[in-house]
Amino acid sequence: MSKGILYDATLCIGCKQCEQACATENGLPYDDKIAAQDVTSAHKYTTVLTKDDKFMRKLCMHCDDPACASVCPVGALRKTTIGPVTYDKHKCMGCRYCMAACPFSVPKYEWDKAVPGVRKCIMCAPRLAEGKPTACAEICPTGATKFGDRDELLKEAHKRIQDNPANYLPHIFGETEVGGSSVLLLSSIGFNTFSLRTDLTERALPLYTYQVLSRIPDFVPIFGVLLGGVYWITHRREPVAEADARERHDHKGGAQ
Amino acid sequence: MTIPQIRFTFWKAIFLVIMVAGVYSTYIRFSRGLGASTNLSDQFPWGIWIGFDVMCGVMLAAGGFTLTAAVHIFNIGRWHAIVRPTILTAFMGYLLVCAALLYDLGLPWNIWHPLVMRNPHSVMFEIAYCVMLYTAVLALEFSPIVFEKFGWKKPLMLVRRVMMVFVILGVILSTLHQSSLGTLYLIMPNKLHPFWYSPLLPVFFYISAIAVGLAMIIFESSMSSKYFGRELELPILREMGRVLVVVLAIYGILRFQDLYHRSVLGMIFVSGYEQRFFLLEIFLSVLIPLGLLLVPKVRESAQGLYLAGVLTLLGFVTNRLNVTITGVENAVGARYMPKWTEVVITAVLVALGFAIFGMAARYLPIFPEEKAHLPAMPRPEGVRGEIAVPVHAGD
Repeated sequence: MSKGILYDATLCIGCKQCEQACATENGLPYDDKIAAQDVTSAHKYTTVLTKDDKFMRKLCMHCDDPACASVCPVGALRKTTIGPVTYDKHKCMGCRYCMAACPFSVPKYEWDKAVPGVRKCIMCAPRLAEGKPTACAEICPTGATKFGDRDELLKEAHKRIQDNPANYLPHIFGETEVGGSSVLLLSSIGFNTFSLRTDLTERALPLYTYQVLSRIPDFVPIFGVLLGGVYWITHRREPVAEADARERHDHKGGAQ
Repeated sequence: MTIPQIRFTFWKAIFLVIMVAGVYSTYIRFSRGLGASTNLSDQFPWGIWIGFDVMCGVMLAAGGFTLTAAVHIFNIGRWHAIVRPTILTAFMGYLLVCAALLYDLGLPWNIWHPLVMRNPHSVMFEIAYCVMLYTAVLALEFSPIVFEKFGWKKPLMLVRRVMMVFVILGVILSTLHQSSLGTLYLIMPNKLHPFWYSPLLPVFFYISAIAVGLAMIIFESSMSSKYFGRELELPILREMGRVLVVVLAIYGILRFQDLYHRSVLGMIFVSGYEQRFFLLEIFLSVLIPLGLLLVPKVRESAQGLYLAGVLTLLGFVTNRLNVTITGVENAVGARYMPKWTEVVITAVLVALGFAIFGMAARYLPIFPEEKAHLPAMPRPEGVRGEIAVPVHAGD
């Protein structure tokens, strides 16, 4: 069963303990200055945004069919069957196509290092392997960040909206965006308030390139035969012309 | 001939300055990383090293496959005289693209990873393979020039016997990766501005590569005639000009049809940041060159062809920069201007391109006249390609 995270912004109190737990789990520095940063970066995989008395968490969405993993030429980024999208620096060559392709601009780069890598939330994949929840969900004092089976969380999210329609936008961010994701977000105000794009396609992004790439194996032999055929036909003229000339010459020679 | 001598010294000085700045920039890049040497950011992971050095580098080297296809596959023998300088340009272009990648990749020593860690769903993987194989093919297409220079008959005969297969392979590989540079952006429907995001991106990249290939041949021939005192192959270039008209017209019509069908044609009349760059691109790449080349007087003159060719090159360079930079700026909410170190490295690669071409033209049998000075390697008379002849001989 694929795991997931349900973040319910209406339950969040903005304590940022998830940020702290995330930093500790991933061996990243954390202090007041970093807590005040409202963008994710190579040293901050998640951030809690505040708008008046409303909150929103930013983290990797762990798409069901992730653009980043699809575009990675060496397979350094990978969607695991239990949910997390993980990264292997030993494979990475640093082309940064994942950063360009991600619809949420999640992967970040260690720009200041001479031997850099991509950094992003990996949904605490090592913890999940041990059967533990993510660090952010474990520490959350209000249950705003909840870890569980993605299918169960989705059902619960729908139920929360149904039971309390006045409290929620009738939309679960991540249910259908770019084909769905392991992370689901609930909010009472528009997601675009926190610069989450609401105009995203429901189609999994890798399909856009796959519909072209998948035709290459069929295209190559046909194009090869076409080019070879053109060569074969166009170069036929010369021997014919030569033979004609020889014949004419012989004919002339014979007449003399 | 004192004037060319002064010119040469002037360019030599410029070259030296660029190289010195290049060494320093290289030191910064590899000792302190991409952050210190570029204006790239998490919002803007690709800058001019990708947008110009790689995207435009590959595009500007497209003359190689265009001309070998025309001469060796379509058997347009009268264009044969310019095959060698064109292959030299292409081979050099791809080597410089590979050099640029070593600067841009975060972990360049892992550049070989796609060889063994394959992800066939990645466009980048496909491009990596095609560029690698095509560079090898170009080395092979270039090798007869070197073999001839040193009079190595055996390898020369061997290479010529298998050349046709490699010419076809080269055209296939080029078709794949020239178009795939456009396919790279298909996965960003929500990032790239609708002026440029289109399901037809791969088709646009491919057709424009052919146009640029032709324009580059015109440019390179004109430069060679100017700086090496060679006679200009004007009749050939005039024909190229005509082909360029057709290719540009097809490209232009397709571009506007696509804008119309995606209901964004109206946007070209609405003033805006992207709109200005779009108009600049369309005028430079299609409208002005077409307008010029449709005038017989311009199309027939060396200067007219040169101007139309250079504008086409500038126009499609603008196109590639628009796709990689202008078109994504608003979606990612950031502006990008290259840092001086990025500009210097790009200038180094361009300068190396000119220098290597000059050296090769001086020391290798690139131009037909020089071949005449090689009595050791008599070549068959007539319009047939040097490659095509041995194939028949072997039949």
